[in-house]
Amino acid sequence: MPAISMTVNGQAVCGDVEGRTLLVEFIREKLGLTGTHVGCDTSQCGACVVLVNGKAVKSCTALAIAHDGAAVTTVEGLAQDGKMHPMQEAFRDNHGLQCGFCTPGMVIASIDMVNRLGKNLSEDTIRHELEGNICRCTGYHNIVAAVKAGAANM
Amino acid sequence: MDNGTGIGARVKRKEDHRFLTGKGNYTDDINLPKQTYAYFVRSPHAHATINKIDTSAAKKMPGVVGVFTGEDVAATKLGGLICGWMIHSKDGSPMKAGPHPILALGKVRYVGDHVAVVIAETRDQAKAAAAAVDVDYGVLPHVVDVAEAMGHKAQIHDVAPDNRVFNWSIGDEAATDAAFKRAAHVTKVDLVNNRLIPNAMEPRAAIGYYDTGADHYTLYTTSQNPHVARLVISAFHGLAPEHKLRVIAPDVGGGFGSKIFIYAEEVVCVWASKFVGGRPVKWTGERSESFLADAHGRDHVTHAELATDAGGKIIGFKVHTKAAMGAYLSTFASCVPTYLYATLLSGQYNIPAIYAEVDAIYTNTAPVDAYRGAGRPEATYVVERIVETAARELKMDPAEFRRKNFVSSFPHQTPVIMCYDAGDYAAALDKALEIADVKGFASRKAASAAKGNFRGLGYSAYIEACGIAPSAAIGSLGAGVGLWESAEVRVNPVGTVEILTGSHSHGQGHETTFAQLVSDRLGVDINNVAIVHGDTDKVQFGMGTYGSRSGAVGMTAISKALDKVEAKAKRIAAAVMESSVDDIEFKNGTFTVKGTDKKMAFGEVALSAYVAHKFNSAEIEPGLKESAFHDPSNFVFPAGVHIAEVEIDGDTGVTSVVNYTAVDDFGNVINPMIVEGQVHGGITQGIGQALAEGCVYDKESGQLLTGSYMDYQMPRASDVPSYKLGFTCTPCPSNPLGMKGCGEAGAIASPAAVMNAVTDALGVVDVPMPATPHVVWQQLQHLKKAAE
Repeated sequence: MPAISMTVNGQAVCGDVEGRTLLVEFIREKLGLTGTHVGCDTSQCGACVVLVNGKAVKSCTALAIAHDGAAVTTVEGLAQDGKMHPMQEAFRDNHGLQCGFCTPGMVIASIDMVNRLGKNLSEDTIRHELEGNICRCTGYHNIVAAVKAGAANM
Repeated sequence: MDNGTGIGARVKRKEDHRFLTGKGNYTDDINLPKQTYAYFVRSPHAHATINKIDTSAAKKMPGVVGVFTGEDVAATKLGGLICGWMIHSKDGSPMKAGPHPILALGKVRYVGDHVAVVIAETRDQAKAAAAAVDVDYGVLPHVVDVAEAMGHKAQIHDVAPDNRVFNWSIGDEAATDAAFKRAAHVTKVDLVNNRLIPNAMEPRAAIGYYDTGADHYTLYTTSQNPHVARLVISAFHGLAPEHKLRVIAPDVGGGFGSKIFIYAEEVVCVWASKFVGGRPVKWTGERSESFLADAHGRDHVTHAELATDAGGKIIGFKVHTKAAMGAYLSTFASCVPTYLYATLLSGQYNIPAIYAEVDAIYTNTAPVDAYRGAGRPEATYVVERIVETAARELKMDPAEFRRKNFVSSFPHQTPVIMCYDAGDYAAALDKALEIADVKGFASRKAASAAKGNFRGLGYSAYIEACGIAPSAAIGSLGAGVGLWESAEVRVNPVGTVEILTGSHSHGQGHETTFAQLVSDRLGVDINNVAIVHGDTDKVQFGMGTYGSRSGAVGMTAISKALDKVEAKAKRIAAAVMESSVDDIEFKNGTFTVKGTDKKMAFGEVALSAYVAHKFNSAEIEPGLKESAFHDPSNFVFPAGVHIAEVEIDGDTGVTSVVNYTAVDDFGNVINPMIVEGQVHGGITQGIGQALAEGCVYDKESGQLLTGSYMDYQMPRASDVPSYKLGFTCTPCPSNPLGMKGCGEAGAIASPAAVMNAVTDALGVVDVPMPATPHVVWQQLQHLKKAAE
């Protein structure tokens, strides 16, 4: 099995993978970072979204071996010095999560949205930009409010 | 308590930090030493005999440690899956429950039926070997459509030659017929309540582990009710007695009913561990498996008739429903289209005579069971669609027609068992009319029309019965279990508190709301309260979370245990402060002696309870820990008025919900922020049912066509608006906290509101759900043709 190395949440990591090993499997099973979730098998739900070299990627649809040398940020890597990222704080303040399963992907996709489009996001923009993330609990109402607030605080 | 964390405060959730930082602990996050992986061989046919299963090639595949079939399960005398609610047909005969083996025996009955399990060192190895299991099927005729299944040549179970499980009725047929005879007007509707696939975002998962040394089983599982799972696996499957089976439901990523049930896969994991040398067996469902093999919801075909007198008063209501059960009776399948459905057919209305008949019918599809609302959304859909239609036929304002027929005095006994205890339906209607700006609708409609679009307004005045349920009452109706709840309050010597509850949180925020109750009652800081749930080894017992019961039933059990804690703490405080217990007052976390300056903080009394130096332990036992079981005396009856406003694009048929107003009466509310979140989520699931979601089986092949998120449209952020919520409050008289349930209301109310708006926009009697752009565009073409 080929060995790969990458930087995950600022730490250098390495491991052997099969050619078919998915990035999400590497993250969850090899690295034990179980905050990144798998909610579907067709790249639709977005529970697995991580940042790869600063951009949102569905880690269920990426091969680990193709990310040799990449810098990956998972939900575990967002808080700094014990303080949550403003987007994480905004999800808590606005009750933007219920069961928590889609949440890591939602938060990371939202951060990516702000990185691409800036802090001043309209409701329409937020709703459109979340098209790759499904939540079954919140009805999106409070997620939209959270993203708006989180964006302003980033 | 006055510090902003008690009852009624918008407290931020205690559980959020771990979920937001990736530290949740869901079943698939757990890995045990020497774990193996299970993968299930599933039926590719809707209906077939199993002539032979050859596992020899699979057993030789790399990494395989075991391959098991239904015969292996049967050889260990493990019992089949059960349905826990006995329904009798109106002729008195018991429901016809066919066998539901844990792995198929002799026959498969739907696409996805579990045929065999392969257990291997890795998931990939198990999956590869599953493809090598050779099953020789003899394909049989099948039927997937409930409207066609009764008497179809595809006979699904020997016990039910016409595929009918039961023919059940409720209400007074003669009185209803008499009402129709004197009616001035009769409104008739034919409605289909589309089949839904629940789709909690966390797929089901399990890890089963048999400890060969202790002869003891452990099952980690995605369950809304771990004690019920243990009870069923012990008492009905006979795997092991309850003291030798521990069931743990850790963080669970949404349930919506679909994780109530005892499924084959979870039972197989815990059973099979013994036969692979006691190694843990892990199964994590793929989303495709969720679509195929989670219990589905709804799937009713209904004809209903409503009789009104010359003054526009409803005088009679007749309903006939065909309810799909799927290929087997799931855990609570039989109560959903009966006691959770037809008992709500009076809606918010004073209807003197109601008669309903339900045929429950097998189909070659995944089993159908409770899904958010369970029977009550189906009832509300029938009631609110026919009431709306009647108002239109009578040329009455739909809001005023409803108001004219509202129940207005309480208690109100309906003709279909339920006794509504409290409510103010007109108050909710008034508030909803105002928030929705119904007065301004005509001008908004004109503006839409000017753009070539169609705008419609739809009401749904729903009522539901939740907080399930009084045990003796449901026992008399056929339930196999009681639906009380249990709680234990453990006060530690330092004054911190642990609440052990039989309720289970899978998104509802119990760690916060239950702690608010304790903070309110004992004056303890909310951060000094821990909520323990989801583990049969820790919690004494519990019936779990569904039917919006965790507040009205689960918290009442906690409240009763808190009463006992307070009573004992007062005795201890009295002893320590050398006063009579009658003179002890407790407020804001402090015990005082009436008329003196003597006082003790709650924490000091807790410490005294455990030190036990200052009271006679022959009279007062040391320690401060109490438990309670609470059996509710009635259901609770949340009700409200929802108003949907839709705009339909005249060119494309795309329907947008442009305004949505929900006014709900949940009685007293513990945490408004969490309650609002429950309403938002429920509304969205209902809008999903109305406009997007529809499970489709191909009639010819019996295959599930909507087997992924590519084919089954889940509501996404851009499919729904932000919602306008309002609340009214009539406290529930049957529990001390005055609470009703809020978990299902949104999903119960919203399909009817949206479809009333869609039909209002188009000026038609009915549009089938889901009203996708394709469906609505077809309607637009019919309208165009008719206009030509």
